Amino acid sequence: MTRLLDAPERFGPLPQMGGGFIDAIEQSRLVGRGGAGFPVATKWRAVAKRSGGRAVVVVNGAEGEPRSQKDRLVMTWRPHLVLDGAFIAARVLHARRVILYIGERHEKARSAMLRALGERTEPEGALVTVAAAPARYVAGAESAAIHFLNDGVATPTTAPPLPFEQGVDRAPTLVQNVETLAQIGLLARLGQAPATTLVTLAGAVMRTGVLEADRGTTVADAVRGAGGPTESSRAVLVGGYFGSWVEPEVAWQLPLDHETLRRHGLGLGCGVIGLLPARACPVCETAGIMRYLAAESSAQCGPCFFGLRALADACSRISDGSSDGNDLSRLRRWVDEVPGRGACRHPDGAVLFLSSALRVFDREFANHRAHDMRRTA
Amino acid sequence: MSDQLKLVVDRIKCDGRGLCAELLPELIRLDDWGYPIVDSGNVPKHLLPLAQRAVEDCPVLAVALRRAEVKR
Repeated sequence: MTRLLDAPERFGPLPQMGGGFIDAIEQSRLVGRGGAGFPVATKWRAVAKRSGGRAVVVVNGAEGEPRSQKDRLVMTWRPHLVLDGAFIAARVLHARRVILYIGERHEKARSAMLRALGERTEPEGALVTVAAAPARYVAGAESAAIHFLNDGVATPTTAPPLPFEQGVDRAPTLVQNVETLAQIGLLARLGQAPATTLVTLAGAVMRTGVLEADRGTTVADAVRGAGGPTESSRAVLVGGYFGSWVEPEVAWQLPLDHETLRRHGLGLGCGVIGLLPARACPVCETAGIMRYLAAESSAQCGPCFFGLRALADACSRISDGSSDGNDLSRLRRWVDEVPGRGACRHPDGAVLFLSSALRVFDREFANHRAHDMRRTA
Repeated sequence: MSDQLKLVVDRIKCDGRGLCAELLPELIRLDDWGYPIVDSGNVPKHLLPLAQRAVEDCPVLAVALRRAEVKR
């Protein structure tokens, strides 16, 4: 089967598509690749039902996750496939606008998308406008994207209303990740989505970067495909900063697909797989990421703004040896109290990540001694 | 079951004034930063009047009673 990154750079004009195409998406069981893994057909149906010719399609290329590179890569190397998916969405959902929402720092991706757009002759080309997504972690969240496009503020908003009810211009809105749209493009062209997943390998692997994984590929296969680990690993971060640390011997066996990982209580998220080398300090690494996630709170909801800061501070005190000895029990209490109490899932993701650290690095957190703060991973 | 109501907080509006937790400690407590942790179950009938007060008295109108089966 044709894979995303092996597909021809450009096919001919788009085939005609009707509402029946949503059934084809459903049969392909495609789930969103932005991080949440939500079924694509369900999302399209919800917008189609309410569109009445007013719908808006947001092509989400914000890619705010620091370690992820796959969205930039697909926009840069297969921009026509992304536009295929976007134009098909516009046709099937009877959209009035298509907005390319691309991370402000992803210059190569933006110029590739604009060049591709200039080469298109379909009428949907006339619906397209371009917006630069702020380089913040939460800017890619659906409600934050809509808030930005409506009011210029890329912070999440309270649900309801959900995007399919009231999004950009208060119209039913589909916000869809660029990799997902490229998959849709191939599904429309070839009658079959490739069922592959783009992952970004980071940390202690020989070749960091993006890899297209076939269904059934394990973490071990992917790491081997990237030249293997550079040294022995202490843990593997599955799913990026909203994901989980996993013991290497467990991680190697895990298949890189959303459904199976979910059954393991894990998530592929945005597809980042990070290897933490055995010589790095997991406590200091975790504290660093928690400080980042706390700083990326959009400071709207108390439990997120104050909660994540408190969690990050407690991690930092354990890491630098200034803890009063109660920080670990505080952390264990807070990880139960903070999730589910923000307008968006930012606090939930950060706490999921921290909980996995407390589980996998139990010993290191309990016995941590201050050492010099050299970061090795 | 249309009379099953749940307490929900608009987390963006909520300022952590804490009035709701004073009015209805049976269902609402405050976290270490003063923000409400709300019981996720249905509001028992005998507490509905107090829940209603928590909704009305919130200075920033962040608390609401919502039908339990309303899907998000």
